[in-house]
Amino acid sequence: MSLPVEKTAGLTMGAARDARRRGLPRRLPVLATLSGPLLLAGCAGDAPSALNPGGAGATRVAGLWWLLFWISVAVFAEVMAVLAWALVFRRGNARVRHGQPLRFVTIAGAGLPFVILVVVYGVGLRDLAALGDGPGPDAPTVEVTGHKWWWEVRYPGASGATANEIHIPVGERVKVRLRTDDVLHSFWVPQLMPKTDLIAGETRETWLRAERPGSYRGQCAEYCGTQHAHMAFLVVAQPRTDFDAWLARLDAPAREPRTDAERRGRQAFVQGTCAACHAVRGTGAAGRVGPDLSNVGSRWSLGAGAVPNDAGHLGGWIANAQTVKPGNAMPPQPVDAAELPDLIAYLRSLE
Amino acid sequence: MSTTTTPPPGVSAQDLARLAEHWAERPSLRGWFSTVDHKRIGRRYLVTAGFFFVLAGLSALVMRTQLARPEAGVVSPQEYNQLFSMHGTAMIFLFATPMLFGFGNFLVPLMIGSRDMAFPRLNAFGYWVFLFAGLFMWASLPFGAAPNNGWFAYAPLNQEQHNPGLHMDVYALGLLFLGISTTAASINFIVTALKLRAPGMSLNRVPLFVWAIVATAFMVIFALPALNADNLMLFLDRRFGTHFFDPSAGGNVLLWQHLFWIFGHPDVYIIVMPALGIVSAVLPAFTRRGVVGYPLIVLSIVSISIISFGVWVHHMFATGLPQLSYSFFSAASTIITIPSGIQIFAWLATMLLGRLVLRVPLLFVIGFVVTFVLGGFTGAMFAVTAFDQQVTDSYFVVAHFHYVLIGGAVFPMLAGIYYWLPKITGRMYHERLGRWAFWLVFAGMHVTFFPMHLYGLFGMPRRVYTYRSEPGWDGWNLVSTLGSYLLAVGLLLVLVGVVHAVRRGRPAPPDPWEGDSLEWSTASPPEPYNFPALPRVHSLHPAWDERTAESLGAGATADRILSDGRRTLVTSELDAHPERAVQMPESTLKPLVLAGALLIFFTSMLLAWYPAAAVAALAVVATIAVWLWPPRRPDEELGVTG
Repeated sequence: MSLPVEKTAGLTMGAARDARRRGLPRRLPVLATLSGPLLLAGCAGDAPSALNPGGAGATRVAGLWWLLFWISVAVFAEVMAVLAWALVFRRGNARVRHGQPLRFVTIAGAGLPFVILVVVYGVGLRDLAALGDGPGPDAPTVEVTGHKWWWEVRYPGASGATANEIHIPVGERVKVRLRTDDVLHSFWVPQLMPKTDLIAGETRETWLRAERPGSYRGQCAEYCGTQHAHMAFLVVAQPRTDFDAWLARLDAPAREPRTDAERRGRQAFVQGTCAACHAVRGTGAAGRVGPDLSNVGSRWSLGAGAVPNDAGHLGGWIANAQTVKPGNAMPPQPVDAAELPDLIAYLRSLE
Repeated sequence: MSTTTTPPPGVSAQDLARLAEHWAERPSLRGWFSTVDHKRIGRRYLVTAGFFFVLAGLSALVMRTQLARPEAGVVSPQEYNQLFSMHGTAMIFLFATPMLFGFGNFLVPLMIGSRDMAFPRLNAFGYWVFLFAGLFMWASLPFGAAPNNGWFAYAPLNQEQHNPGLHMDVYALGLLFLGISTTAASINFIVTALKLRAPGMSLNRVPLFVWAIVATAFMVIFALPALNADNLMLFLDRRFGTHFFDPSAGGNVLLWQHLFWIFGHPDVYIIVMPALGIVSAVLPAFTRRGVVGYPLIVLSIVSISIISFGVWVHHMFATGLPQLSYSFFSAASTIITIPSGIQIFAWLATMLLGRLVLRVPLLFVIGFVVTFVLGGFTGAMFAVTAFDQQVTDSYFVVAHFHYVLIGGAVFPMLAGIYYWLPKITGRMYHERLGRWAFWLVFAGMHVTFFPMHLYGLFGMPRRVYTYRSEPGWDGWNLVSTLGSYLLAVGLLLVLVGVVHAVRRGRPAPPDPWEGDSLEWSTASPPEPYNFPALPRVHSLHPAWDERTAESLGAGATADRILSDGRRTLVTSELDAHPERAVQMPESTLKPLVLAGALLIFFTSMLLAWYPAAAVAALAVVATIAVWLWPPRRPDEELGVTG
């Protein structure tokens, strides 16, 4: 599937490297030099890795991780050294000694860990406070609603909605208001921000800030039923002007059909069963059960990351979405074989 | 178990014959169902929990096979979700705790120098309930009706409108049913360890394993009610239309999480603590000295069992509770690692001062140290709220708790199996087979679970039945899957080793390891009455101490032989001063009947056959009444003289 993630992967990772270069030396100079060449970060490849942060929140947590990681390496080396010593020198004819070295046990097992843990706790509190320090009241806001198994995305002030794709302006703190329509979900964009759960009956808030333009993959992280595996989304960070233009289109009617096929497709969409559940702005279709399809043609995937968004998969999805994403709310559609190409043409034109 | 054993000096042949007559159970079908012998019950716990471990392990192999490649179709999403839910639920509830309680049942009376548990019939009842509750839950899988909401079953996905069918009814009723067994066993451990210790075994001479089991039992008593309340409310919500977890009617979904983790975090220690007790029990024999820092370890055990009730919110760090409460629970979760650190370094110090005898049980203890320490590091990381929010519910946490539970519980259990196999079966295991098993299990464990840290950090959430290849998780997942096959082969070799020992193993002497605790002063396997004469304990390592050995042989006295009936000795709680001899109950079918009536009750409730449930409830009450009906006692026992 040709995801924007792949197209912009270099960009995203470059941003992460820059962020690390700028963020860490201020705080942990030694660790940064050690962690730079580390294999671990390299293993991630194009993954939406928490170790390749692209935004303020995740950068802070990545710094915290390297602190915890190196402490663990040091203490593990200590324990292994003691164990190795015992295995090498305390076998065979070693004379059993009957002392009770309580001071050793107390210092190594409680004293040292206590000092380390107090430091870690302090750093952890500082970072927790930083994560909680959200944007001000005038910040741009996104309203995200979790559904089984997709994300509804709305912007206050824009009439339209999109799905499984969150556009944000680069370099700004964006408030994300989280609600769920059904069960618990969890909003997680590893490269930008740790998780915030969506709690039934309540509203939660988090924020995102991307340092560079690019696409950042997110996924539901709280088990939410049959298709929890296919509840991904993409955060697309754009320069402010591009973002404003994109948001303006979200407020305007969907693109008009240009070819005959597209026109026939729209007619089939509005008059057929589609409109009962889906909306396309500026047509009669205003269903709220499934995602708003006004810009479906330009989305990164179908079914919240289940399959790539191309003509073949779109046709398969319309005919029987249950074979693509078993358990989802869309029943198989009795679409005419003649009608299907028109529907596909129309939906793919909605950009 | 013959009556021809030569009596130790100090115990006459007549005494021995009388003991055998009072305690022996005739091998018959009825005897098999009616036994109250803690050793037979303990063995059954071990075998049954092992069977559920195999089922849960096979579920995991299917899951790993499904995840070996992106978008594989080995199982459907619905099947996968039932498999991972049953895997977790069974490993936690039907394997870990019952397995450790099996060790406890077999060993506690032997280690404290008693002839049985305090309540032998309750013990038998606990086993039957465990067996039936386990079968009750597993039986749902072939019907496609197994629990499908993870082992912690969050609301509101556990509610009828989001999760129709019997799945979560099986979960709620199964765990309520099982809870009866766990509670009964815990009460039994506490009373046994406090009242039936051999004379002289004051609290500061109680073996560390027994301390661990008793602390665990107290934790169960205080933690389990929260889970039971949760499951009762869940069942009422689903079946009878209450709204405890329904926000649209004023219920609260986070209530489920709070109650679940008030149970669930102590439960982690309920699993790990007795396993750490096994480590402390195994080490002396293979380091040729006592564990360093006995009082420090006891303090660690007691403090863990208390602090563990104040850390539950670290499972809820991403739910958006106030930061102030997070900072408190973060501090508590950080502090609780200290007592574990003390225990680790006490064991390391023991190894540094002792002489290592590198047999299979010690190999598993060393594997335990390596693995559990790594799980401990990631555990301390989860106490740091900001980091927790990044990696919770990802594969990083899956890696973490498998390091803690396989490293911290399964490795010690395996050490315990090899260590006590001669005592339990009377046969020695095959050493080379055991070494192969160790290396395969150790390598398999790390190849499977270490990469999970990585792909968790790389963004893969847990509990997904499949994944696409774009995020780049496929290579690591394949490594994990191959590792899981390796681990399975290793565990199979453990099973082969046990079967081989039972079938072909050479007969074990009473004390093959020169162990330090009292179980090594009995025959292998022990006689039904455990000790011809109950010991008088003079030290923390009674089997290494000549005066205690003397009390079992030439120094045996009639007040500790107690051959005129099925009797054992009750002593005082702190100092173990002898108080009186008590008559122990004979074998009986009542525990089985009561457990069977409960099985019918829970099955009827599950299938909504309420009249049948009412009849079963009556049968339960009637059986309890018959059980508790005061028996005719001889005058002597009632204190009537003359």
